[in-house]
Amino acid sequence: MMNEIQKSLLKEVAALDALPTGAYNIRSDGSGIARNTTANIDIITKQDKQGIDIIIRPGTKNESVHIPVIISQSGIEELVYNDFFIGEDCDVTIIAGCGIHCAGKDDSKHDGIHSFYVGKNSKVRYVEKHYGEGEGRGKRLMNPTTIIELEENAVMKLETSQIGGIDDTLRITKAVLKENAGIIIHDKILTAGTQHANAEIHVEMNGDGSNCDIISRGVAKESSYQEVTIKIDGNAACSGHAECDSIIMDNGVILAVPQLKATNVEASLIHEAAIGKIAGEQLLKLMTMGLTEKEAEELIIKGFLQ
Amino acid sequence: MLQLKNICFSVDGKDILKDINFTAEDRFIAVTGPNGSGKSTLLKIIMGLTEPTSGQILLDGNDITRLPVNERADKGISFAFQQPVRFKGLKVSDLMKLAVGKNLKASEQFARACDILSGVGLCAKDYMDRELNDTLSGGEMKRIEIAMAAARGTKLTLFDEPEAGIDLWSFQSLIHVFEQLYRDTSGSIIIISHQERILSIADKILYLKDGVIERYDDGKKIMSELELNMHSSDCKVLTDKNTHCGKGRELK
Repeated sequence: MMNEIQKSLLKEVAALDALPTGAYNIRSDGSGIARNTTANIDIITKQDKQGIDIIIRPGTKNESVHIPVIISQSGIEELVYNDFFIGEDCDVTIIAGCGIHCAGKDDSKHDGIHSFYVGKNSKVRYVEKHYGEGEGRGKRLMNPTTIIELEENAVMKLETSQIGGIDDTLRITKAVLKENAGIIIHDKILTAGTQHANAEIHVEMNGDGSNCDIISRGVAKESSYQEVTIKIDGNAACSGHAECDSIIMDNGVILAVPQLKATNVEASLIHEAAIGKIAGEQLLKLMTMGLTEKEAEELIIKGFLQ
Repeated sequence: MLQLKNICFSVDGKDILKDINFTAEDRFIAVTGPNGSGKSTLLKIIMGLTEPTSGQILLDGNDITRLPVNERADKGISFAFQQPVRFKGLKVSDLMKLAVGKNLKASEQFARACDILSGVGLCAKDYMDRELNDTLSGGEMKRIEIAMAAARGTKLTLFDEPEAGIDLWSFQSLIHVFEQLYRDTSGSIIIISHQERILSIADKILYLKDGVIERYDDGKKIMSELELNMHSSDCKVLTDKNTHCGKGRELK
């Protein structure tokens, strides 16, 4: 039975009011509290370390897996390994996410290492949201690592976000693509106060016809710090595009580091990066529609991170 | 009713507007005049986007000279920018819903927004989910800008040169938007334009030159005077560009 804090966190990170349909595994305060499997999706607890294996049968279509993690007590630190084995010809959605409510003096920390092995011709949509709350002095810390291997013709779309409340994070995403595989990554980060966020996204395209599109958007408010490194390696006849856009506010600091590497003459790689404050004309436009300057600023940020 | 009293605006010692006085008693006023005459500055001062050096702005008898932009918007002034602003992430639907108002139910907001977008020649189905970013052309942005201002349906709507960025043929089909706004609301429209079609439907035409109102008179009267002069001119469209024509004329 979940308490109100747990329910609230679950809603925040996985948009769940109740247990989801399909396969799921809900982890709370260091242990699993609810699980469901289906005929096509199995979830097995790891024996040698913390975490689960999610096994999706070949040919599974239009099914979803929810694996949210919530931490509602201060002083909990965990390192969890979740491995996804997605068969060939699948079309599935995976909703992950982690919410921390820290009301005490001790730090709460979740390090999650997610590995995806995506079979030939499969399509995967992966949604991951990180969120922190609570008035405690303890820090809310998260370090997610996502490792992806895409087989031939496999396509994966990642929608990852960290919208407030996390004091310190190192977010690592690494993907390796074979022939005609494609990956789309949309990553969003909002930091405030003295929060620190470091994101590293590295895509290696090793197969002809592979492609990637990475869009990173960040907003650094107050005295927060953000560092975003996007690396694309083109080792075949492939195409890669990265766009790194950030809004800087107050005394925020943003460091955007693009890195393109081509080892094949047929590789086509593009990187765009921009950092700037909210344009005055944007604020004025919304003010002509009746919003106060603060409301206009909030709407611009909401849209930017939408 | 809008009233401007002794409005002056100077920047770096240069007088852009010089002692502007006028009362918008009529509901459709077209502002025209050469480039640099102060037309856009005048509209921005009314909206609060630019602060006048001196003078007073009254709306329905209340002094709004020091009111911020959003409070003027709340009092019933809307503004369509000459250069529409782009937003990464915000969609057409986000701003259209804001424009039609919070008091409507979501379904009513959507329906009204769709109607108005259709009115400016954009299929709502194709545009409501589009981001207001660089993927929209200048002409599309301009139509959306006009739609947003019209959607608010306020007592005073200001259009800063709506024809800029839209080809002449497309703009002809947009004129009904202003006519409909005039017909469906009891509000007033002040529109900066050089288009003869716009000037011909205006109740009043205000001709601004070098920061001074040179003429503020009945629209039909001015247009008929222009018709009479037409025989001696090669120019068919009243624009400030007529100075490039061999037999250009001035509106006096």
